[in-house]
This record gives sequence, C-alpha cells and structure tokens, in this order.
Amino acid sequence: MLNTKDIMETITMIQEDHLDIRTITMGISLLDCCDSNIDRACEKIYDKLCCRAGELVKTGEEIEKKYGIPIVNKRVSVTPVALLLAASGGDPVKYATALDRAASSIGVNFIGGYSALVQKGFASGDRELIASIPEALSETELVCSSVNVGSTKAGINMDAVKMMGGIVKETALLTKDRNCIGAAKLVVFCNAPEDNPFMAGAFHGIGEPDCVLNVGVSGPGVVRAALEKMPEDASLSQVADLIKKTAFKITRMGQLVGSEASSRLGVPFGIIDLSLAPTPAVGDSVAYILEEIGLEQCGAHGTTAALAMLNDAVKKGGVMASSTVGGLSGAFIPVSEDAGMIEAARSGSLSIEKLEAMTAVCSVGLDMIVIPGDTSPETIAAIIADEAAIGMVNSKTTAVRVIPAIGRGEGDTLDFGGLLGSGPVMSVNKKSPAVMINRGGRIPAPMQSLKN
Amino acid sequence: MKAVITVIGKDSVGILAKVSTACAEAGANVAEVTQSVLDKYFAMIMMVDIDNMTCSIEELKGNIEAGVPAMTVHVMHEDIFNSMHRI
Repeated sequence: MLNTKDIMETITMIQEDHLDIRTITMGISLLDCCDSNIDRACEKIYDKLCCRAGELVKTGEEIEKKYGIPIVNKRVSVTPVALLLAASGGDPVKYATALDRAASSIGVNFIGGYSALVQKGFASGDRELIASIPEALSETELVCSSVNVGSTKAGINMDAVKMMGGIVKETALLTKDRNCIGAAKLVVFCNAPEDNPFMAGAFHGIGEPDCVLNVGVSGPGVVRAALEKMPEDASLSQVADLIKKTAFKITRMGQLVGSEASSRLGVPFGIIDLSLAPTPAVGDSVAYILEEIGLEQCGAHGTTAALAMLNDAVKKGGVMASSTVGGLSGAFIPVSEDAGMIEAARSGSLSIEKLEAMTAVCSVGLDMIVIPGDTSPETIAAIIADEAAIGMVNSKTTAVRVIPAIGRGEGDTLDFGGLLGSGPVMSVNKKSPAVMINRGGRIPAPMQSLKN
Repeated sequence: MKAVITVIGKDSVGILAKVSTACAEAGANVAEVTQSVLDKYFAMIMMVDIDNMTCSIEELKGNIEAGVPAMTVHVMHEDIFNSMHRI
C-alpha cells in the first residue's frame, strides 16, 4: 500500500526539484532508404520518419498526463547520413533539408544523425558530408550533427580532427547572426555510443534494430535536494549511498515511461541513459550538487574527485532500476546549460583546463563551452584532439561541443535561450598548436595492458 | 487500477465534498482518503479506483480543478509511485 510520505516525496521531486524525463528518443534506421538517386532517397526518408515517428509526440504527451511527469523532449535519431551519401552522391544538404522537414512535420524538438564515423579513415561520402555540415546546420532548424573522430580500438584520425577544427569555426560563422547556434548542434566524439538519446550527439548506430525507443532521464535538482538535507559531517560513503538511492528512484521513472511508450508505439525498448542532465533553471544544476557535497564553488580543487564519485554513484543506483542501460550514462557538465557552471565560469573559478580534467571522470566531455570568436581552427582542433585522447586512453566516450562566439571575446556572453542556456566566453590558451595539427595522420590506438 | 489525487492549499469549506463529487461524476470510486489541516493548510491524498472511470485522468484533473480553483491538484496514475518506491 502506498504511504503518504512516498506520494509526497514523488510530487515534491517533480514540482520543486525539477524531476523530469529529459527525452524519449526514437532511433530509426535509414539503411532501407538508400538509393542511387538522392532525391528519391530523401523522399523515402521523409516517408519512413513520418510513418515510424508520427505518433511519438502524441504518445509522449499522453504519458505525461497519465503519470503527471513532464517529458521535456521528444526526438528522433537516424542512421549516420554519410552512409546514405556513399550510395547516392550529390549534395548532402538535401538530406539535411529532408530530415528537417520530417522533424517539423512530426513535431519533434530535434533530429540527430547528420553524422559520419571516421575514426579510422574516410570512406566514400564522409568527407563530403563533413564539409557540408556548416551549410546544413545553418539552413536547418532541427537537425543535429556529430562526427566520431576516434576510438580506443582505432586511435584518433587527426586528419578528421584538423578538418573538424575548421568546420566548427565555419558553422559558428555561418550562424553568427543567430548567436552562433549552429555550433551548439555539432558534436565531435571519441568512442561515440550508438544508442545515445541525448542531443546533439544522438545517431542510430548500424548495429541497432530497425526502430527502437531510448529514454534519457534527468534530475540533478532531486539529487541536490536530497544532499541538502544531509548533515555536513556525513561521510562521503554516506553521500555516495544517498546519491545511489536517489538515482535509483529517478531511473525507475525512466523505466516506467520508456516501457509504456514502447508498448504504446509498438517499438522495442532500447536503453535508459542514466544521466544527470542539468537545465539552466536555478536548482537543476550538477555544479550545485558538487557544491552541496562541500566545495565552495564548482572548479575548486576537489571538483574532479567529487564528480567522479557522483558519476559512479549515479550509475550504480541506476543500473538496478532499469532493464537495460546504455548511451552516455553519467553526469553531464554542459557549461551554458547549468546555472552553477555559468556562475563558476563567470567568477573565474572554472576554467577550460579544469573542465577537461572533469571530463576524464564524467560521462561526456567539453560541452556547451563558449570560446572567443577569434580562436583559430587549429586551436579548436587541438581542443578536440586533447579530449579525444582522454576518451581513447580511458575507454570512454568523450566529446567536444564548443561554440566560437564570432565577434566576441572574453567577458562577453552568448545567450541561446531555452534549454541551451547562456554562456560566458571562456579564455583559451593562446599558444599555437598549428604545427602538430597540420601534421595530420593518425594517433595509433593505445595499449590496453601495462595500464599506468 | 488506481489513481492518486492530491489536493493541497489553503483550507476552506467543502473541498472534500467538491473533489468527491467530481470523482463520482467521473465514475471513479473513492477507495481511501487521508486528510490533514495544519496551520490552515489543507492537504489531502485520495486513492480512487479508475477501472470504470468514464473520462481520462487529465479530464478528471480538469474537473477537480474547476471545483477548487484555489488549490494545487495532481491526479497521477498509481504506477508512478509504485515504480519509484517499490522494487
């Protein structure tokens, strides 16, 4: 029998502590839309997406009303478009436009998969797709793009890294009149997961079934509120334990919503991504959790240790709460989307170098970081290379989503609005890495033994 | 199947009556009520059987809200609480 305390706890989590289901993302394979004629391929894509995901938004809204829990985003991820481009040739932007058109007619918030996987080298279509990313992202509203440039098994494709440095900059330039928003929809990965439901890096991997439903949960506010009630002298083992219990409860929501959505839509349930994804709303912040653990401000020494514990406890709690776990799973640290991170970056407590260290122990990477508009493409490429190296060596996913704020410098702010938030321009080391980046080639895959 | 109705807000005359009427009109049978008034603050949790309900959970919520507009009303399927608090 349910008791009053449990009922009120759940309602408080949703009402006061911003508990929500961050996203239900339908992964759809486009392999059967391949065609040697690009226009015909685009038509097939549009038809398949509308047929498969036509009911996604409506179903999401019905579940929200039944359980009284918000489902913030409904999204679609598709097979990396570079694979289709390899068969059709032609202007890749046509694919972006078709995806955008389909996404707006089914009413989803974003569609991901304008992607290429080039960790070991470029296949037919890959270079063309990557080169078209700036134009594709500036001409569409809902399309998100990602490129995987490295993996633990393959090493890092430094030619692709070099190329992406320029592409990130150009994407920001082409959308400079819209707060450089294009770059916020572009992620460069190492060890990209094939079942990630979170944007901008979601795509539907080729090992996935034809159609699958993945769920991303959220709830940094709930974890923070739970820790707030803990006495200051509680040991870190007790803190970790409380985070685990809270993560369990949060994840159970994801499991409930995911299984209900998959049975209503008649689509297999893929994975739950156990992530603490912050929003700019005050209180819904991963930085505040770290501060609640006992740091004066996020970025102080000790931040990496606290984050490592948080990330691990979230996984331990979440794993038992769900049938299958995947995606990125862990704590996200997107600067512009997290009120506490924004404050810490503004006050100078949080630097890119510290964020880089934090990415070695948390789930993603350098995420939603605004850098000066005059940062050179080589420096951006070097930031990508550093981050990819952390992912490659530690056998984990890392990513870079930096936004060069064209025409602005340190001290300025870039405001995206909505869930993307706003970010202060952060300082970047100005020494040039150009010679190393221009060497190109590959960084060989690392040893998997002799770990030190 | 059951739904959980919670009504929270400043106490006034007839809250329970209005909420129960809305349930009766919707064909939702009241199974259990817990209610307390603390510092003029009214908090009620009601479990209702929704197997024979003639409208959706969302419509029931709308009807209750129309009866007690000053209160915060939630109507949620019991599964959300069961899945969070029961293994």
